[in-house]
Amino acid sequence: MNTLAEKNTAITGIGLSEVSRSASKSALALTVDAALEAIRDAGLTRAEIDGIATWPGERADGSGFSPVGCAALQDALRLKINWYAGGGEAPGQYGAVFNAIGAIAAGLCRNVLIFRTMYEATARKTAYANSLLKEGQRQAGPFAWYAPYYTYSAALQQALFFNLYVHKSGIQPEQVAQVPINQRRNASLNPKAVYRTPITLEDYLASPLIATPLRLFDCDVPCDGAVAIIVSRMDVARTLRNPPVRIEAIGSSMQYRNSWTQLDALDTQAQPKVAEMMWSRTDLKPSNVDVAQLYDGFTYHTLNWLENFGFCERYGAKDFVEGGKRIALEGDLPVNTGGGALSAGRLHAYGAVHEACTQLWGRGGARQVRGDPQVCATSTAGGPLAGAMLLVRD
Amino acid sequence: MATPTPPPRILPAIDLDSHAYWTAGKDGHLVIYRCPSCATYVHPPVPFCPTCEQTDVTAERVSGQGHVETFTVNHKQWVPGLPVPYVLALIALDEAPEVRLVGNITHCEPEDVTIGMAVEVWFEPHEDLWVPLFRPRKEIQ
Repeated sequence: MNTLAEKNTAITGIGLSEVSRSASKSALALTVDAALEAIRDAGLTRAEIDGIATWPGERADGSGFSPVGCAALQDALRLKINWYAGGGEAPGQYGAVFNAIGAIAAGLCRNVLIFRTMYEATARKTAYANSLLKEGQRQAGPFAWYAPYYTYSAALQQALFFNLYVHKSGIQPEQVAQVPINQRRNASLNPKAVYRTPITLEDYLASPLIATPLRLFDCDVPCDGAVAIIVSRMDVARTLRNPPVRIEAIGSSMQYRNSWTQLDALDTQAQPKVAEMMWSRTDLKPSNVDVAQLYDGFTYHTLNWLENFGFCERYGAKDFVEGGKRIALEGDLPVNTGGGALSAGRLHAYGAVHEACTQLWGRGGARQVRGDPQVCATSTAGGPLAGAMLLVRD
Repeated sequence: MATPTPPPRILPAIDLDSHAYWTAGKDGHLVIYRCPSCATYVHPPVPFCPTCEQTDVTAERVSGQGHVETFTVNHKQWVPGLPVPYVLALIALDEAPEVRLVGNITHCEPEDVTIGMAVEVWFEPHEDLWVPLFRPRKEIQ
């Protein structure tokens, strides 16, 4: 198994900027904050960073979806690096991490700075973010098939998939509600979370319908913020100040049709084969996982990942989350322990990596999972995109 | 109160492959690419058959009848004037259920749409394109 490149890498430092619904700083300044915190957390200096990776790379389109790319950060920090990559055609948001693993295996880097910056809260106040097209302009690319049908948000495509999941699984709104209720409770214990006031079942059921079956509290919270992590070669990681959080296994496959309309199984999305790949690269099993940071762009993603990672059977998530106890901080499988994108803010799967390391390093404070958690499963993305990582602290 | 003007449909940018799909409604037909050798339907359209590797795949007329594979009732008014609620759906074609088409379901109340509902295509002209939309089929299956 030692020939698998991810096993020669580890996360050695993490950084998180202020996270808010209205930033006091520019997107680049937030990114610099997160990057410096991660570099120093690892016990490194700027001079020791020899690679940069991000997903999906800079998009200077006013959407705030990815306002900072490798070049802007390299120049701001005046880094001298051997390799860099920022691009969206990858296995979801963790594509940047997978690229870094490859760069380390190729001998290009020892310490890669990986980051993800969001500025969507501010962008939505200052730009017409629901449609980036100008009047009369036509929609090209894969979303052309959706364009004429008032598909203004990813919420609509995902709602199509989730409605079929509801139809097949029979899950009830009261069961779905356990995911956002649990995460808001976790967020109430996270000083950096955007929304910290606990919500009840009644609050969930009273929240506005967006697109059936999605209610407002099923949707993640656009925010301004940046996350950075350092991924180091294992021999380097062992010399640094934090116990290495090893990348034990990754799932990066594209075995299905990569399409928002022709995806093979709409209700399970692209996740099953990606999870299967991840488990094929480790001797660990779902029963070994102490804590899970599961993608939660929408609540249903989290429910999908519970099944697709094998924490429960197909269509068994409704029973797994029933009552909320099993996924709580004190439960068998604490899920999205910092509040996740639903409450802490949409840091697009990198908030999840930051929280994974926070828990594995025992830094969770009031939200720390008891029992010295060592193994965390984490996942990204919906629709035809999916990526997964299993993280293990030495 | 004056009714606000609904926003225009955003039209797709078409190319040599997708042109047939977005214009065949002029003659009242829905067309889908199909391999002349092995009869595999290919959608989105590309002149390559993934089954037999033929490259002379071209648009062929289909019935325009299908079933709702899944749908959502949108309630959020994303832009001013957008009439809500409305239904967005993925339609499985009767000839080729593996081909999924996107459309709004019209000519019925949103709450009457169900998974598995039988629908048929109709077309709304916009500029040089005919946008396929779907409505309930009269005969109940």
